[in-house]
Amino acid sequence: MTKTILTVDDSRMMREMLAKVLKDAGFVVVQAEDGVDGVRVLAECSPDVIITDINMPRMDGYGFIEAVRGTEQHRAKPILVLSTESDPDKKNRARAAGATGWIVKPFNAESLIGAVRRVSA
Amino acid sequence: MDPMDAIKATYFQECDELLGDLEQGLLALELGTGDSETVNAVFRAVHSVKGGAGAFGFEELVTFAHVFETALDDLRSGRRAAEPALIKTMLRAADVLADFVVAARNGTSPDEARGRSVAQELAMAEEPAAPIVERRTDEFGFAPVVVEFDLPALESTPSPWQVRLQPLSAMYAKGHDAILFLRELGRLGEAHTTLIDDELPPFDQLDPDKSYLRWEIELPADVDRVRIEEIFDFVGDDCLVSITQGAVEPATSTPAAIVEAVIVEAPSAPQQVPLVSVPLEQKADVAAAAAASPTIRVDLDRVDRMIDLVGELVINQAMIAQRVTESGIARSSAVAIGLEELEHLTREIQDSVMAIRAQPVRSVFQRMPRLVREISAATGKLVRLVTDGEATEVDKTVIERLSDPITHMLRNAIDHGLEGPDQRLQAGKPAEGVVRLAACHRSGRIVIEVSDDGKGIDRPRVRDIAIAKGLIAPEAQLTDEEADNLIFLPGFSTAAAVSNISGRGVGMDVVKRSIQALGGRIAISSKPGQGSTFTMSLPLTLAVLDGMVVSVAGQTYVAPLTAVLESLQPKPADIRRIGPQQAVLSIRGAHVPLIDVAVALGLRDHPIDPATGIVLLVESEIGGRAAMVVEAIHGQRQVVIKSLEANYRHVNGIAAATILGDGRVALILDVDTIIEHQAGKAEPMRFARAS
Repeated sequence: MTKTILTVDDSRMMREMLAKVLKDAGFVVVQAEDGVDGVRVLAECSPDVIITDINMPRMDGYGFIEAVRGTEQHRAKPILVLSTESDPDKKNRARAAGATGWIVKPFNAESLIGAVRRVSA
Repeated sequence: MDPMDAIKATYFQECDELLGDLEQGLLALELGTGDSETVNAVFRAVHSVKGGAGAFGFEELVTFAHVFETALDDLRSGRRAAEPALIKTMLRAADVLADFVVAARNGTSPDEARGRSVAQELAMAEEPAAPIVERRTDEFGFAPVVVEFDLPALESTPSPWQVRLQPLSAMYAKGHDAILFLRELGRLGEAHTTLIDDELPPFDQLDPDKSYLRWEIELPADVDRVRIEEIFDFVGDDCLVSITQGAVEPATSTPAAIVEAVIVEAPSAPQQVPLVSVPLEQKADVAAAAAASPTIRVDLDRVDRMIDLVGELVINQAMIAQRVTESGIARSSAVAIGLEELEHLTREIQDSVMAIRAQPVRSVFQRMPRLVREISAATGKLVRLVTDGEATEVDKTVIERLSDPITHMLRNAIDHGLEGPDQRLQAGKPAEGVVRLAACHRSGRIVIEVSDDGKGIDRPRVRDIAIAKGLIAPEAQLTDEEADNLIFLPGFSTAAAVSNISGRGVGMDVVKRSIQALGGRIAISSKPGQGSTFTMSLPLTLAVLDGMVVSVAGQTYVAPLTAVLESLQPKPADIRRIGPQQAVLSIRGAHVPLIDVAVALGLRDHPIDPATGIVLLVESEIGGRAAMVVEAIHGQRQVVIKSLEANYRHVNGIAAATILGDGRVALILDVDTIIEHQAGKAEPMRFARAS
């Protein structure tokens, strides 16, 4: 069955790039431009995997992950963090918020797809 | 276009926005009006530029952005204070970053020496322990997690792997699923999996959020240990994992005893990972999130197409209205009332569509601080730029053409308006000059003001220059305003002060011309010793125009209202002939040349008696005024501009065309060319006959 991925990133370029890579791999892609937008999108659809950036305006990735984990519908969704940061403190903060995994930008398509497949049942 | 090229184009477009945000943010910090969110926004901007640059392999850009980002992170975390010197360096770094982006876009190599020197300054105040290194080493940040434990002595023949897996409930709460691990392990080789469910309570006591199950998996000995570990990359300490090679000990009933592993972040940071949950600053406001208004991006062509269609609609509506009036239908009839409503709706649609194209002038204003810094550095004058009204909206086509005139006015204000620091101190002013750039809406136009608190216009000197250049007669009596406006005359250039800043061979006359080409006006007011203010006003859109509908040789033309100062019926006594074809009109003591529009356009050979017609007093780019003679005025009307070049070809003396309510095409007069042409030679411009 085709899997749906929600990508949350304030960079349009990054969203487009993710969409291309994921669509080429056969996923359906839904986009949101920050945490606030992501929460709004999640009220309307139920993706199989969520990929989120950390540094975003309005609501950052940590806040977004917490918000997702706080919902009844999406609390057990795999959430991958895609960030240029690789600072252990920040990763731990993301884990504490409920992130499933962490991918460092710039990503290569194969490892991204691999990571998505690994967390999607 | 190759999809990656399209994404790259998006990236650079985004970079422009980000660099604008960056500069705005830093300027706010410099002024002390920024807060922690400003610092965050500035950090995000650099961070995003770097992120994209990494994706496209712009190494120099990544390296510089990284240093910048590190410094900003220090600022964000409070390790460094937002001292003026640091912010100044960061503003320079923002300029360098912009240059690096441009270099990446053009495929040229950036000025690395400058990059290095600014990078060094940025890193200067950093703690010596913080090295500037590329952190992009591991692809998966939670990985690789090394699980260490006491290995049993290796036997000569390798025994199968024993993997013990005990998920904690936290693991499920983070979106992991044990089945995925089992599936992955199964892919590595033949796996013998044992489910241990001795902790599973009776169904009625089952807590769906708790983890009760654990597994033991035996894998062939030839499987690479790293590949087993990889599977648990993401899960961290939310799942207790042990990987051993050797004889299986019977599973104990206390699962916590299975693993006594020290989980270590590897390889770069060999310290123990604290398992403390970090309090989160930002709580999700779900309700507010849901209420946020979404935006969409629309292709500009589509909007332009819509504007065209609405233009047609306006014309069509006017035509129907005219037909209805002509057919003598009563105003109270249902048709007339319905038509009135249609007219109302059409106007509203037109306004709404115009509003779609409207953009804040911010995008232009944002480019100016850098310009000011550069001019300031080149002239040695201390300048502070204050901007106001960045949110003022104007049509996109107008925005694109605002940049040049504003640039010129700013250059002029700093180079000619402001004094040097010493001179200012002598005059009792602060050493730092202030240049203010402001935008606002005024009576359906956008008004842009550039003012400085410099020395003001040196009127006696301007007057001397104008006389020396033969622009005015030595005995001319000029008001202050007239004297100030001399600087807009072509050929007037305060030659002594031409520098490589305002210079470039471009005078204020060119600025004025480019503004007039947009249907705008520019004026100056100045107070000696206190400064000058340039005010330019422009129409909000180039798609419609307020015009005066006139008759010329029996045909209908439209004169742009912005060019018309006044209209009058001249008295025969005020008309002075100065030749067979030429005459001047005396208006309140001043003489302006009379131009017969019909003759100028080649519609007839001899001018009519101006006293039988109407005179439009117009102002041209030459700075002079002229009186254009037409036969009659039919009123003022907003007309939709149709390009003549796009539909036919360029015609001298004609700016564009429009379609009137009766369906006829009317040409819009190009007042400047008509006057300029008339001033040059008396030959009429042929081929301007309206169809």
